[in-house]
Amino acid sequence: MVARVRSFPDVLLSVENISLSFGGVKALTDISFDIAKGEIRAIIGPNGAGKSSMLNCINGFYHPQQGAITYKGVRRSQMKPHEAAEQGIARTFQNIALFRGMSTLDNIMTGRNLRMKTGLFWQALHIGPAQREEIENRKAVERIIDFLEIQHIRKAPVGQLPYGLQKRVELGRALAAEPELLLLDEPMAGMNIEEKQDMCRFILDVNDEFGTTICLIEHDMGVVMDISDRVVVLDYGKKIGDGVPDEVRSNEAVVAAYLGVSH
Amino acid sequence: MTTGTADSETDARDTFPKLLAERARAGAARPAYREKEYGIWQTYNWGHVAEQVRLLAAGLADLGFRRGDRLIVVGDNRPRLYWSMCAAQSLGGVPVPVYQDSVADELAYVVDHGGARFALAENQEQVDKLLEIQKKVPSLAVIIYDDPRGMRHYDQLQSYAEVQERGARLLAAAPDTVSAEVAKGRGSDDAIMLYTSGTTGRPKGAVLSYDNLVWAARAGAEFDGLKEGDELLSYLPMAWVGDHIFSYAQCYVVGLVVNCPESAATVMTDLREIGPTYYFAPPRVLENLITQVTIRMEDAGLLKRRLFQFFMTVARRVGPALLDGRPVSPVDRLLYALGNLVVFGPLKNTLGMSRVRVAYTAGEAVGPEIFNFYRALGVNMKQLYGQTEASVFVTIHPNGEVYPETVGKPVSQVELRIAESGEVLYRSPGVFKEYFKNPEATNDTKTADGWVHTGDAGYLDERGHLRIIDRAKDVGKLNDGTLFAPKFIENKLKFYPHINEAVAFGHGRDYVAVFVNIDMIAVGDWAERRNISYASYQELAARPEVYDLIEGEIEQVNRDLAADPRMAGAQIRRFLVLSKALEADDGELTRTNKVRRGFIGERYKPLVDALYDGSKSAHIRVEVTFEDGRKGAIEGNVQVRDVAPHTALKKAG
Repeated sequence: MVARVRSFPDVLLSVENISLSFGGVKALTDISFDIAKGEIRAIIGPNGAGKSSMLNCINGFYHPQQGAITYKGVRRSQMKPHEAAEQGIARTFQNIALFRGMSTLDNIMTGRNLRMKTGLFWQALHIGPAQREEIENRKAVERIIDFLEIQHIRKAPVGQLPYGLQKRVELGRALAAEPELLLLDEPMAGMNIEEKQDMCRFILDVNDEFGTTICLIEHDMGVVMDISDRVVVLDYGKKIGDGVPDEVRSNEAVVAAYLGVSH
Repeated sequence: MTTGTADSETDARDTFPKLLAERARAGAARPAYREKEYGIWQTYNWGHVAEQVRLLAAGLADLGFRRGDRLIVVGDNRPRLYWSMCAAQSLGGVPVPVYQDSVADELAYVVDHGGARFALAENQEQVDKLLEIQKKVPSLAVIIYDDPRGMRHYDQLQSYAEVQERGARLLAAAPDTVSAEVAKGRGSDDAIMLYTSGTTGRPKGAVLSYDNLVWAARAGAEFDGLKEGDELLSYLPMAWVGDHIFSYAQCYVVGLVVNCPESAATVMTDLREIGPTYYFAPPRVLENLITQVTIRMEDAGLLKRRLFQFFMTVARRVGPALLDGRPVSPVDRLLYALGNLVVFGPLKNTLGMSRVRVAYTAGEAVGPEIFNFYRALGVNMKQLYGQTEASVFVTIHPNGEVYPETVGKPVSQVELRIAESGEVLYRSPGVFKEYFKNPEATNDTKTADGWVHTGDAGYLDERGHLRIIDRAKDVGKLNDGTLFAPKFIENKLKFYPHINEAVAFGHGRDYVAVFVNIDMIAVGDWAERRNISYASYQELAARPEVYDLIEGEIEQVNRDLAADPRMAGAQIRRFLVLSKALEADDGELTRTNKVRRGFIGERYKPLVDALYDGSKSAHIRVEVTFEDGRKGAIEGNVQVRDVAPHTALKKAG
């Protein structure tokens, strides 16, 4: 593989002094970092470090008590999830959140929902503009199916698929929204080596082919270091490191957090 | 060696580029290739194909591709890869399709040996292999890729579309660049080079001419009445001669429509959607399909299961007879029609075989039960015997004469000869020109007057059908001159579940005798149900009841052999059951579990002697290697038993 030395001049999203607490539990304390347009940005940290909370803040599911998030030049203290989706932020979940009884195709079609303009009435009748729109969207979905190499499970109910494939379908649904920023919550958790390699390739290809900015949470350090441009490290809700993989790897605080020291 | 007359019209159709031009002129709108893309079947007609081929050929010419150049083609079955072969041929070049799963080393050998300067890869995976090869084989100058996915950072390469754009520019300046080259082509030119996977040594590049391929395509089509518009799913490797004849030569010569599956994983779905009329499957695929059907039927409800069992019994009795046009009683006809409605029809539809008129299988031996399963359903399944060196066709089962034990009758213009040694030789207009840069191997395989050694031993039976019995080098003779085919006898024995391995002796002896290895699980289970006690493999193998069981099975085999006049003399007269399972660790089997007859003969010499000196038992001591690497010895007496031969039904003729 080509060594990834890339530079990204434009900031897509920046997080400033975010703090989030649930009652007395401080999940995030004074976190600041940015995500540049076009990069693959990783958030790592031990269990309970606040990684998923951070992602939930970015896509508006949690509302931090302090701080602000600037996305595409607009600064706000909070955003609702559907607004985030409309603004081009899509995500996958740590625990797969697909419609188990529906086919791969239909699951990915749901990701196109935001792009549909016709109302429920026309969609139900499936005539005129609704039909044209469906064909347009189906085309986009078929491209994603081709891209992720899941043609053979196009019509299979998602609930019957192996875990690795379900993860891929979930990525497909997120891609269907044609996001500018894609948030991946542990995309490789619970996968075997081969599935991880496949997923890595898809993440790199998405970034490369569509120019999608990707922010991912991952436990597997090897994977993170290989595919990310920059890495943020959280521990106990605080930021303890930020930089390119090599810097992070040699950061003592990070090593300590991963090897475990008494607090 | 042209077929038909030598008038100008025939001459205009002696190469594939000329055939393409003819098809584009006479039926530009007729479908030629289909490919499933983005979930929808896209049809490309002959006009489109001709234009695509012309643009690519011009692009290749612009890149310096000259007459005699070789184009490596590597990837899955894609219309564009098939077209690239015709583009190379348009310029007088020779395409060399390579197995898409071959590793870089194997690919490097072919690129180097073939002296190829050009390569076309389907996707990034194949490009990466070619780039690795390029470091070692610098003669490879131009790499072209088809699928742009992931190829953004490979600046030095050309995409298929870019090459075609080059072609368009060149054609704008010099419109008959390609057509002038096409006109220079002759039927006797090299059309394609196919590397045969030799079991020993490096692969050999068999060179086939247009005359070879066009003859084969016509002969095959005439034999089974293939016609324009017949549909075919091409899912077997493009580097295999069968695919080249079916999906390429017959497509151009006959006008078959070639359907390319979406991906290797979707073949079953695509098969059902296309419903081909012409189908080829290796025995392995046919077996897998039956296994899938059986498993799904076992999971089905009681009613469905009963219906399936009942009608399949009817089908096994009636189906093959109906296909062969033999008389069938009205009651059976009615039952079969009913079965067709509720079982066979839906099943064939699921398998994608509803419309199949002709289906071939070939390769290794196909069990008669597998063969008959499809014929029972009403699928016209036939055996085909062929080789790369023959442009596929040597023999095929004619309609109405399908016997699972034979490989059929010679295709028209194919001559067969059985050598003194029992080896099958053939001669036909499809016989290859040579092995590329390997005159020694060419001379070993092909005689000066055009006969080709198959390496298989066989004979023509009284119906004029060819029967293949063994590899020629393994076949021997008994002292009275009877043909002795050890693998043929061993395979017949191994067909019984109680027999795990068998080793037949007989070359240079008076009669055939065998070692039998029992199957511990099957015989153990059999013994348990009969309250026969045993403590070890050795003890079980020595039980007289087990000897009785095996003797009964050998008698069955003898009866089969007696039914065949040529084999009647090679019936098994004596046998023994080995007290130890044959193991690869002890060097008795190869790593692919084939018996090493010579080695076993040496190692168990006292037992072999006992088989032929009339003694009732023999003492044996052999060293064994345990799984943890320790050595030990097994020692004991082994009984030898006689088996009465059956009288031959007919005298050998």
